Amino acid sequence: MKLYDKPAHVLHEMLAKKEISSVELTNDVFSRLDDVEGDVGAYLLTTREDAMKNAEAVDKKVAAGEEIPFLAGIPGAIKDNICTNGVKTTCASKILENFVPPYDATVMTKLKKNNTVVVGKTNLDEFAMGGSTENSAYHVTHNPWNTDCVPGGSSGGSAAAVASGSAIWALGSDTGGSIRQPASFCGVVGMKPTYGRVSRYGLVAYASSLDQIGPIARDVTDCANILNVIAGHDDMDSTSSAAAVPDYTKSLVENVKGLKIGLPKEYFIDGIDEDVEKAIRTAIDDLKNMGAEVVDISLPHTPYAISTYYLIAPAEAATNLERYDGVSYGERVSGIDVVEMMKNTRTQKFGTEVKRRIMIGNYALSAGYYDAYYLKALKVRTLIQKDYTEAFKTVDVIACPTAPTPAYKIGAMINDPLKMYLQDICTVPINLAGLPGISLPCGFSEKGMPIGLQIIGKPLDEETVIRAAFSYESTHSFAGKIANMGGKDA
Amino acid sequence: MKYEAVIGLEIHSELKTKTKIFCGCATGFGAEQNTHVCPVCLGLPGVLPVVNRRVVEFAIKAGLATNCTINKYSKFDRKNYYYPDLPKNFQTSQYDLPIAEHGYVDIDVDGEKKRIRLTRIHMEEDAGKLVHSGATIKDSASSNVDYNRTGVPLLEIVSEPDMRTAEEARAYMEKIKSILEYIDVSNCRMEQGNLRADVNVSLRPVGQKELGTRTEMKNINSFKSLVEAIDYEIERQTEVLEDGGHIIQETRTFDAAKGITLSMRSKEEAQDYRYMPEPDLPPIITTDEEIEAYRKGLPELPDARRERLETKLGLSSYDAGIITSSRAMADYFDDVLATGADAKLIANWMMGDLAKNLNAEGKTIEYSPIEAKRLGDMINLITKGTISSKIAKDVFAEMWKSKDAPEKIVKDKGLVQITDTNELDSVLDEVITANPKPVADFKSGNKKAIGALVGQVMKKTHGKANPKLVNEMLQKKLS
Repeated sequence: MKLYDKPAHVLHEMLAKKEISSVELTNDVFSRLDDVEGDVGAYLLTTREDAMKNAEAVDKKVAAGEEIPFLAGIPGAIKDNICTNGVKTTCASKILENFVPPYDATVMTKLKKNNTVVVGKTNLDEFAMGGSTENSAYHVTHNPWNTDCVPGGSSGGSAAAVASGSAIWALGSDTGGSIRQPASFCGVVGMKPTYGRVSRYGLVAYASSLDQIGPIARDVTDCANILNVIAGHDDMDSTSSAAAVPDYTKSLVENVKGLKIGLPKEYFIDGIDEDVEKAIRTAIDDLKNMGAEVVDISLPHTPYAISTYYLIAPAEAATNLERYDGVSYGERVSGIDVVEMMKNTRTQKFGTEVKRRIMIGNYALSAGYYDAYYLKALKVRTLIQKDYTEAFKTVDVIACPTAPTPAYKIGAMINDPLKMYLQDICTVPINLAGLPGISLPCGFSEKGMPIGLQIIGKPLDEETVIRAAFSYESTHSFAGKIANMGGKDA
Repeated sequence: MKYEAVIGLEIHSELKTKTKIFCGCATGFGAEQNTHVCPVCLGLPGVLPVVNRRVVEFAIKAGLATNCTINKYSKFDRKNYYYPDLPKNFQTSQYDLPIAEHGYVDIDVDGEKKRIRLTRIHMEEDAGKLVHSGATIKDSASSNVDYNRTGVPLLEIVSEPDMRTAEEARAYMEKIKSILEYIDVSNCRMEQGNLRADVNVSLRPVGQKELGTRTEMKNINSFKSLVEAIDYEIERQTEVLEDGGHIIQETRTFDAAKGITLSMRSKEEAQDYRYMPEPDLPPIITTDEEIEAYRKGLPELPDARRERLETKLGLSSYDAGIITSSRAMADYFDDVLATGADAKLIANWMMGDLAKNLNAEGKTIEYSPIEAKRLGDMINLITKGTISSKIAKDVFAEMWKSKDAPEKIVKDKGLVQITDTNELDSVLDEVITANPKPVADFKSGNKKAIGALVGQVMKKTHGKANPKLVNEMLQKKLS
């Protein structure tokens, strides 16, 4: 029986009913990985031995009649900027090529308590800086739906793994769209929770005030279940929310009657792909037909979001990445003295995009420029947040595209960073405002590439987002599809 | 031209919390290298800081004790600079919204009172320590980093440039030290680097308002060095200016062995610290109620205590100043006072025999072999007339060596004062017979001559006679 193409909630039922074993499932996922990974390149590292051991342990529990938690025994993938105790965590950077964390990220501790099976660590844009996974220092990841295309990024490895069947689910991180955009490009469901909903302890920081860990999965049900596992306050993260965590599976209800959906005109920008616009407008009409009320809204500061993001994120990144100096961990390139050693290490071991953002960030924080750039960006960020606060006075959720285009060709934009940054227009404002957002499949382009619908909620109101997404998903047949990978799906 | 020095201090004080400022590692001094470390203070990828609430509490107390305004909305910032002892290459510190601002302390130099204003007090983390293979970094093949000190909480206390002499700077730093000791937030052990200062010195012609160019001496860690560094720098700058030169704004180090300051780096190469708000830490919000609770919890501070010793107990300003200069000494005084002993006698003994003995053995008052209770009991024996002040010196010396109570020593050694007139009568007669000259002098009107006779009686009784009684009896016999 083919198992790798099923969502986690189905597999969980089968495991609990002893219809399958976790060893059987894990073997199936790894054999699929062996088939497709050469074409996709989702992983930087696989942990097959550990995975099999954990699978056996889960099987023993089931055999002993123990009840197993949702994710137990179900193989998932972890983005390689999440620290895993004893397992290399590289951030797809040469500077951490051999870095083995001596501790687990809080999300990893939680997953381990749930007897999770980890397939491996997935590729990303170096230090999560990018939207195509082309900035990985190791290799390019290919979109399973068309391997000439990018999988999106920066969690491109995680999204491609879930979409190609080499993982049932995955964790990603989202600073400016890094979960939602690759989910959209790869035809899977990706959710960025409210800032502070999931602990960042152990997530290698890119931009601390924007970063958030979240699930990438086959469907909304899996997303809700994974969020149940990873959400909650953490004493190790002072920015994590103290708010109680609801049971998100209670929101898996097909009901949008009376739900007010805002449609922001600023998100249907000039140059938006025709297929994308059509798919999104159709999806919104469908929701309207199901009983939702659609309201036109305006988020007037949206045009400034990209500039704001590309000052705040690089500024935070510039200081966050100062620690990679070759002194006590990570790679070191020697020099005649400590200053030369630090210079050589950073010059040779950081990639171009990382260095570009470090330079932008340091420029924005420099004496004489701080007020004009960084401080102004913080002020605009507040205005963007206010746009949403205003909008949410009249609507329950906001719907829009996740990305202005479907996945594009590898190499198409790599030499035009500015054009690439503009791709983030639909996702970065949500990070600046700290809101929860989900991307779920809502159709395909004429060329057969997936398109994602983004639903954005009020702070800490993941429940309404999940309800709206689930309602759409259960009345359509776009979700849960595995890319067929040129017949390897035989 | 006559110049006036303008001096300001930035004092760094390590706080005596059990754990570090942003993680649970111990802060203890002298542990084996890199044993008080964890992923957080090592600055590993992915870690986040969590503020130790005790640090905030200590900082607020320090602010209140130095008459500062407490900022109810305060935040941490990142101060970015590359140095191998700084694992994140930024120090988490405070920039534009420090925990406390606009305070002052009063100092006393040669009986003159002066108010020194505090600009601000802020919290920050200490850096690690470089351990060089050679004597200095320049002649070392390699250096290691000891991260035990990384993340030890510090207060930075910044003064306005209100001091004019090295003695004022010393008095100011002593006052800060004593306040921090009184409120029990720092051990202030300068030899361990608990308390150290960066000193800014500039000169200007007397009468000029505008400030001259300043130099900064970093990491001064003793009062002696502080005075020497400032005096040297005043002299050096005076010479430069008198030779028609001008002062270069720079950082200088003080070479304590040679007693001179040396140029380290000029400010032209100064760093741009690219401060930014620490995104991993929420702002520190303090309510009026919390501030009031901390204020109420403050102990009696040095100035108030000195005032009490002077006005209520009648001590001299000098004695009260010395006794209250450290909390340990002031507490000792109050403990002796609690036995009912006379305040002036306590001061005399503390500043006299006790200080002499402690100094001779290089001990601080916390480790005095004579506890406050025993000293008080001894002083009470003097006041009651059981022993004379002279005998008390012997009792004190005996107490220093043994754990015995003064009463026991007096009894065992037969040191009780002779107050029996019958017993003294025969001694007096002997002395009068043996000293005809002073007797004649007294009788012929030289009243002072009686002193010699009293002295003889004391000698014959081995100091045990009550001198006041002897004097009275002699007067009676000779008139």
